[in-house]
Amino acid sequence: MADQVLLTIDERRVTVAAGSTILEAALGAGIDIPHLCHDPRLVPTGACRLCIVEVEGERGLQTSCSRQAANGMIVRTNTPAVRALRRTALSLLLSEHRITCTTCDKDGDCLLQDYAYEYQADESLFPNVSPRPGQPNYTTGNAAIEYDPSKCVRCQRCVRFCSEVQMAEALTLRGRGTQVEVTTGFDVELNNSTCELCGGCVNTCPTSALYDRPAKGLGRRRDLVKVRTTCSYCGVGCQMDLNVNRKLNRVVRVTSEPGCLPNDGNLCVKGKYATDFISDRERLTKPLLRVDGSFREVSWDEAIQAVAKGLTALRDQYGPDAIAFQSCSRCPNEENYLMQKLARMAGRTNNIDQCATTCHAPTVAGLASSFGSGAMTNSIAEIKNVQTLFLIGANPTDAHPIVGLEMKKARRKGARLIVCDPRETWMASRADIHIKHRPGTDNMLINAMMNHLVATGRFDRRFVAERCEDFDAFRANLEAYPLDLAARVCGVDADLIRKAAEWYAEGTPSSIFYTLGITEHTCGTENVQNLANLAMLCGQIGKESSGVNPLRGQNNVQGSCDMGAMPAHVSGYQKVADPAVQQKFLAAWGLPLPTNRGGRITDFIEQAGAGVLKGLYCMGEDLIRSEPNSTKVAEHLSKLQFLVCQDIFMTETAKLAHVVLPAACFAEKDGTFTNTERRVQRIRKAVEPPGEARPDWQILCDVATAMGYPMSYAHPGEIWDEMARLSPSLAGISYERIDKVGLSWPCPSKDHPGTQFLHKGSFPRGKGLFHVIRHRPPAEEPDKDYPLILSTGRTLYNYNVGNMTLKSPAISQKQSQNFVEMHQEDAARLGIQDGDMVRVVTRRGAVTVAARVACKVNPGALWMPFHFAETSTNLLTNDAFDNITRTAEYKCCAAAIQKP
Amino acid sequence: MDWAPAQRILQQMSPVGESDLIPLLQNLQDTYGYLPAEVLTEVSRQTGIPTSRMYGVITFYAQFSMKPRGRHTIRCCRGTACHVRGGQSVADAVGRVLGIADGETTQDGRFTFETVACLGTCFLAPVMMVDNDYFGLLRPEKVNSILDAYP
Repeated sequence: MADQVLLTIDERRVTVAAGSTILEAALGAGIDIPHLCHDPRLVPTGACRLCIVEVEGERGLQTSCSRQAANGMIVRTNTPAVRALRRTALSLLLSEHRITCTTCDKDGDCLLQDYAYEYQADESLFPNVSPRPGQPNYTTGNAAIEYDPSKCVRCQRCVRFCSEVQMAEALTLRGRGTQVEVTTGFDVELNNSTCELCGGCVNTCPTSALYDRPAKGLGRRRDLVKVRTTCSYCGVGCQMDLNVNRKLNRVVRVTSEPGCLPNDGNLCVKGKYATDFISDRERLTKPLLRVDGSFREVSWDEAIQAVAKGLTALRDQYGPDAIAFQSCSRCPNEENYLMQKLARMAGRTNNIDQCATTCHAPTVAGLASSFGSGAMTNSIAEIKNVQTLFLIGANPTDAHPIVGLEMKKARRKGARLIVCDPRETWMASRADIHIKHRPGTDNMLINAMMNHLVATGRFDRRFVAERCEDFDAFRANLEAYPLDLAARVCGVDADLIRKAAEWYAEGTPSSIFYTLGITEHTCGTENVQNLANLAMLCGQIGKESSGVNPLRGQNNVQGSCDMGAMPAHVSGYQKVADPAVQQKFLAAWGLPLPTNRGGRITDFIEQAGAGVLKGLYCMGEDLIRSEPNSTKVAEHLSKLQFLVCQDIFMTETAKLAHVVLPAACFAEKDGTFTNTERRVQRIRKAVEPPGEARPDWQILCDVATAMGYPMSYAHPGEIWDEMARLSPSLAGISYERIDKVGLSWPCPSKDHPGTQFLHKGSFPRGKGLFHVIRHRPPAEEPDKDYPLILSTGRTLYNYNVGNMTLKSPAISQKQSQNFVEMHQEDAARLGIQDGDMVRVVTRRGAVTVAARVACKVNPGALWMPFHFAETSTNLLTNDAFDNITRTAEYKCCAAAIQKP
Repeated sequence: MDWAPAQRILQQMSPVGESDLIPLLQNLQDTYGYLPAEVLTEVSRQTGIPTSRMYGVITFYAQFSMKPRGRHTIRCCRGTACHVRGGQSVADAVGRVLGIADGETTQDGRFTFETVACLGTCFLAPVMMVDNDYFGLLRPEKVNSILDAYP
């Protein structure tokens, strides 16, 4: 076959894909060739000379990492001549390496040490010329990374990784000959360079020249156990290894293996350097009960009884609408399943929700109404083959960094990049087309694109006719959205909109990626439906690398929805109102499903304020810091007769609670997370929880039992199996099947391979439904008193309310303070310099933060992250909600800037 | 730092890509006399060529300098032929006369003094260059009068 080559390596016949190198062929066949500078993610350089082999009929020796395998090639990897040269090469490497294995953190986990031993390299053959250690360099004082040039073998893996994979371009080699050292441009301190602290340089370093500074001295290979788990930050679901020192009961560092799905050994700063919270001193360690206004430490028994009694009494006195259960998108599937079971069986209410309402509920509702299923349509691995990337309201390099890496791959392969974003993100600044539209004008923009495509006949008539319905009304509505109107309303050149539309329509294939820039609006669900319209109009869905791809924000927000932690659905999106579903769950759970309508988080808060909701059991969310208009949220929650918070830290919300239950974090229990591409992946217990903290699933079982509905499981795997039996789309997934690699649902049976992309051939609802979507302005527009539009979002370095990420010294050093981005024209008018402290004021509150003056946002616009406790951005945001899912408009509110 | 000369160079060379890095650095150095970090940072911002890439190239080639250089550059040869004919004593004399060491620049910005591996004119050994002028068959005591001709 033309796409395969057959060669002989060490007398064995080996078949590999054409284009593979000799080294790849050998490693694939289990023949080990030593290599220091090779990393499968990088372009080969042949720098270390250890992978030399003999190729019959050729003079000299070849570096197998850079030489392509060819048909009929006869390769010998281990002849005396090869071994002798490798020994010399190793001896030369040792002459540039300060040999201190006795005190080295990488002792036992060092390729140079392994090869030197195997080849018995002679460390005294050449005089040692390694630089003196201890000279200041670009990592001196950096809390994340330490570079020791005296241990560096100049393989350039770090420099190449930084450039080729991360594209951060922070690192380079300085100088020539034996003086060569890794450094940043002009030797600036690492945190002042373009470094994104992904730690990829550290993870790829074959020696300990680059090492995680916080892990120094906390254990060598023999002291550390690697526990494979899933990252607990964003929805990408990176597979990573917690390196645990069991003696210290501590996660010492985080690594990842090239080749793993979905992240291929790559991590971002949060996965790599934000696990310090696990062993932080502020973790909750004992159940707390409010007695006479202050907390008292109590036994678990007393706490559980208090919770059960409090909730049961309110339920019995006021009915099922008086209590609510707030589940958690950060917690595993098993615990979300149990929380909704607890709510419905012990609480007898459909008042069950989780923070999808805060972010992607419009996705679930919008895509379900258009297609019949509300999830990311394609897999992460397909992104690299997209030819036209259409990003709208998404900032993947900050919020979903490993998806960002896949997009960078697509870009390197020549993909066109269209970014619609009011802010100049990493992707926007490198895009072919950046549409920097006014916040809140997405539907005007999308309608105008579709108007142009329909008017000029540039749409997929066949797909529309065969796979969709309700096209005529949709088409008629578009006539009100000509390009020039959109150009005026969005504040963008009409030609850009026209070109973006044409490129998207003609891409082979194109794919849409969006996040909260689309959903966190009062028209969030409509925004989502309109993106579905666009994809259907152009037939850009239901194919490989082509679809509508919401990037889910939290590690398990997909899973918490899948598990039925929502008012209208039980697990697997089975409708509570469906009589067949009711019958099935009655048989399985022993009690009928509740019949009340149930509410969402934002309803809970309002109903608490109105005195309708009396009791709330809140697992793992800091409502006060996360929900908009914090002052009002706190006021409303303080009216609750009974508030239970189950968390790993004392949050602002927990401070109001009557009972606080200390929970185990993701590193302290078993379970599964479902990532944004619907892939169910394992998390595994690595360390013991602090003090008396317990896994949430055990606490939930005890509470249910104390409320008179016994629940008991020996292991989270049993919870999963029960859920899978009851949920057709997840029925084929089991812990055994996902032990090594996760599976993406739908996976209806044990022999089903999982589903890579959705909607091939047909939609779950039959035909795709076109929606008539009209542009509606945001709930609050700028006026004389509040002349600017404030949007909020995530940064690369921090996560949500920051109480996990900011426990990391590496992250605190890089970004510990809130800020507001503003345009230099506005700043000049107000007499504000970059770095000045300013007051950001809205109708709901004010915070004082540093101004970042540049051109990242347009004149008239402001942008702030929301990670910082002392200057909480959600004091400012507007509690105006999407009309369908009650998701708040975090992306637009009117604001003013004042000098303090 | 005067940004206008760099702007002119970028306009003349437009469009500037990564493959233009070496000629770009040469033009900047010719104009500014050295490569000021502030200018390079702005050039990086405008061209998209990372500062790390620039720094790798600048530190690899001896011709580039990020420190201000003298108006005149003295290059003393330490090649084999010059060495056997007393090149070191000539270099020592230059250092003594100017009061600086190899690689340094005089306080008044008049001279930068370097030693180099070979100037390719062994028949003139021992030899040195001042800017583009050769001075051969040298003796240490000639150094003073030669340098006087370069104000």
